[in-house]
Amino acid sequence: MNEKERDVIVETVSRVMIPFIQLYALYVIIHGSGGPGGGFQGGVVFASSFILYVIAFNLAGGRKRFPESANTLFSSLGLYIYGGIGLLAILFTRGMAQYLNYGFIPFTSHFEENRALGMDFVEMGIGITVMAIIASIFFDLAQREEPVGEKEEK
Amino acid sequence: MIIPIDLILLLFVVILAITVIRLKDLLSAVILLGAYSFLMALIWVELQSVDVGFTEAAVGAGATTAFLIAAIARTTRWEKE
Repeated sequence: MNEKERDVIVETVSRVMIPFIQLYALYVIIHGSGGPGGGFQGGVVFASSFILYVIAFNLAGGRKRFPESANTLFSSLGLYIYGGIGLLAILFTRGMAQYLNYGFIPFTSHFEENRALGMDFVEMGIGITVMAIIASIFFDLAQREEPVGEKEEK
Repeated sequence: MIIPIDLILLLFVVILAITVIRLKDLLSAVILLGAYSFLMALIWVELQSVDVGFTEAAVGAGATTAFLIAAIARTTRWEKE
């Protein structure tokens, strides 16, 4: 994917489309509790914007925009958000509420509002992890690794 | 839920599935698999399950097709006899 010639139409259309794809992914994540969509779908849509970038430009540029360290950071950050919100429900009630029972987390004074906010935070965590993992799978599949071990075998 | 539309979509899905497993050109098979996923998404939406249809369109037609094309780019395009 690196040594192809550049196409100005594909590059320009991708440059215009990618921010809107990412905005749509954030919309899907935030509106996941009330309608179709959610963290997983929004994360996949967000990761497909990185896939579009790699297809339109090149793999090295995509890796520079979304490096390996950011990949590791985001894939664990989402899990920590998910687990942390669940543990907060236990911590704030000292073991009265169940794990991931968002209503008891005192974001605001209303139970239903707490539940909606907790659900949104959990969806964000899922979205971040799914985005990082899908992008990581695509980068690993598309990357042509240097033939290090072949010389030793010969 | 409209029965004739369901039947037509399901017929196309069956035809596409049989074509995909009989093809020797793996790139064509992957593209037809994307079309299969889009038709499955249409069927899910037609069966009033918009959430599943959305997931099928995002994962099946978007991410999986990109993964498989990346895998073909690193291996070979034609299936061996």
